[in-house]
Amino acid sequence: MEYLPNILFAIILIVGIGFFSKNVKKLSRNIKLGKDVDVSDNKSQRWKNMVRIALGQTKMVVRPIAGLMHIIVYVGFVIINIEVLEIIIDGVLGTHRIFASLGTLYDFLIGSFEVLAFLVIVAVVVFWIRRNIIKLKRFIKPEMDGWPKKDGNMILYIELVLMLLFLTMNAADFQLQQLDAAHYTKAGAFPVSQIIAPLFDGMSVSNLILIERTAWWLHIVGILSFLNYLYYSKHLHILLAFPNTYYGKLAPQGEFNNVEAVTNEVKLMMDPSADPFAAPAEDAPDPEKFGASDVMDLNWVQLLNAYTCTECGRCTSECPANQTGKKLSPRKIMMDTRDRLEEVGKNMDANKGEFVADGKQLLGDYISHEELWACTTCNACVEACPVSIDPLSIIIEMRRFLVMEQSAAPSDLNNMMGNLENNGAPWPFNQMDRLNWAQES
Amino acid sequence: MNVPTMASLFAEGKQPEVLFWVGCAGSFDDRAKKITKAFIKILNKAEVSFAVLGTEESCTGDPAKRAGNEFLFQMQAVTNIEVMNAYEVKKVVTACPHCFNTIKNEYPGLGGNYEVIHHTQFLKQLLDEGKISLEGGTYKGKRITYHDPCYLGRANNVFEAPRDLIKKLDAELVEMKNCRKRGLCCGAGGAQMFKEPEKGDKDVNIERTEQALETQPEIIAAACPFCNTMMTDGVKNKEKEAAIKVMDVAELIASAEDL
Repeated sequence: MEYLPNILFAIILIVGIGFFSKNVKKLSRNIKLGKDVDVSDNKSQRWKNMVRIALGQTKMVVRPIAGLMHIIVYVGFVIINIEVLEIIIDGVLGTHRIFASLGTLYDFLIGSFEVLAFLVIVAVVVFWIRRNIIKLKRFIKPEMDGWPKKDGNMILYIELVLMLLFLTMNAADFQLQQLDAAHYTKAGAFPVSQIIAPLFDGMSVSNLILIERTAWWLHIVGILSFLNYLYYSKHLHILLAFPNTYYGKLAPQGEFNNVEAVTNEVKLMMDPSADPFAAPAEDAPDPEKFGASDVMDLNWVQLLNAYTCTECGRCTSECPANQTGKKLSPRKIMMDTRDRLEEVGKNMDANKGEFVADGKQLLGDYISHEELWACTTCNACVEACPVSIDPLSIIIEMRRFLVMEQSAAPSDLNNMMGNLENNGAPWPFNQMDRLNWAQES
Repeated sequence: MNVPTMASLFAEGKQPEVLFWVGCAGSFDDRAKKITKAFIKILNKAEVSFAVLGTEESCTGDPAKRAGNEFLFQMQAVTNIEVMNAYEVKKVVTACPHCFNTIKNEYPGLGGNYEVIHHTQFLKQLLDEGKISLEGGTYKGKRITYHDPCYLGRANNVFEAPRDLIKKLDAELVEMKNCRKRGLCCGAGGAQMFKEPEKGDKDVNIERTEQALETQPEIIAAACPFCNTMMTDGVKNKEKEAAIKVMDVAELIASAEDL
């Protein structure tokens, strides 16, 4: 029976990590439903972008308050997790504070964790106030109703509870160390939990151990639960921000890709030796679909973008269409893409890994024509995103489908394109009059 | 005004250093034609070796591409590239950020490789090389706010050339709350110029004009014919057209030089 806690711990750990791995596999399968795209170029520039944007948080601080608070939570999260390593080793081996032998360094580490934990609590409270009391505009847009709003708050509650458990655990430990309790070696500095510790004054050793152990177990179970919450949450960005910034667009923002399938068609049309009446070869593949009407028509980087989005809404708040009351919200484009991709993934799970047509698609069922036609392609959303998401590329792919597959452009645009085709200008002027201005005074 | 065409120079066996890509707005739009002429006057004054394509020029395809008609875009692009390559064009200058972006970024993949610069960059170069000088006090102390065209600024990171030119006019350059990388669109991009806006509670150009008016400018400077139209409409909507002018950077320079 002596090893019962160790065994229990190992089981919890394996189940926690195992379930998470299962979801990571699902995540990876779903992302790979996207079309292939070559992003193997410019490796050094890509690494630099990842270090600068994801690790260095350079785009977060464009908005200083949110940026600073976010850096605190981010640094706190990364550094405090060093402590999780100790917790896992202790849990498996049944030891207590196994790194205590590091001496002064250990004191420094634990002390820093405590200060960071306190700062994280402050930041989390600020975030909560921004979402729920001040109600910043970007957090209360229509696409945030329901789960996204709950999700945002849930993350803050979990982080708050984890930090409080960590500090409670240390406070009880500190008391036990003062009482020379067996097993509780004197180690660590407790600049923050020392302040909480007097709450436990006069408690018996066994009660203190109960508190310390309870907090210890809830803390690690909480962390493993949080890990498994990621897949269902916008919080997935803590992992995907890294690959996403690596694979982010390197070309100037104004450069839209040239569709290769179209280039091939155009070449054929311009080729004087091509036979316009030639029947396609027997084994010719079906002509490629132009643009995107569903998630499978997008490329995998765009799908990775969708899973990376943390719904901060900076894109939407910078969007000129959204600012002037139009339906378009770049954040919603990303959220819709993820929701539809999840739906497709669940469909595959239910059908032995094969997607069975469900009569739905991203275009129309999730994203309306009106949203797509409100975009000015100004790239403000792309610029605003702190993790290099490109909502504009999805909007353009869907416009391509509307125009080239369905001829469903607004009539004004059809007029413009008609002019362009006939006169080489978007207005009904004759190309032969193109230099008339030079003769006018 | 001396406006040589590529065809006429070619007939004389000459090759200009730079092709001035006029663009559809610069060729046909009454307001934008004034910008074209102002730029031509500067080119003439600086004795730049240039030519235009004239009737051989056709839309770059930008509005078609942004609207989703990749097919029409590529047809336009391939045709234009054939013409430019036939004239062995090396360098292109354009007064339209949309033409600039398309030729610079999207033509290379279709066989059109040129050095492409925007007219504000070109003017800055002329100034640096001493080919034009900005003296006289036409704009001295005037409050000028500069509107970043999306396809010049954010899309291609050209922020300073137009600002440097305005500063050289001894004018007081005042920035809007959204500028440079966070500049707000005028509302014309992405083919919106050619359609009615979607339902909303305001037009984008009104929002942007309000930002410009907050700086209490005497002049709103633009560097794109479409932004110019949108901002001019915005100023009219606010009934401020008597007090505030919307001018292209090239026009500022041409009028400062009294050309």
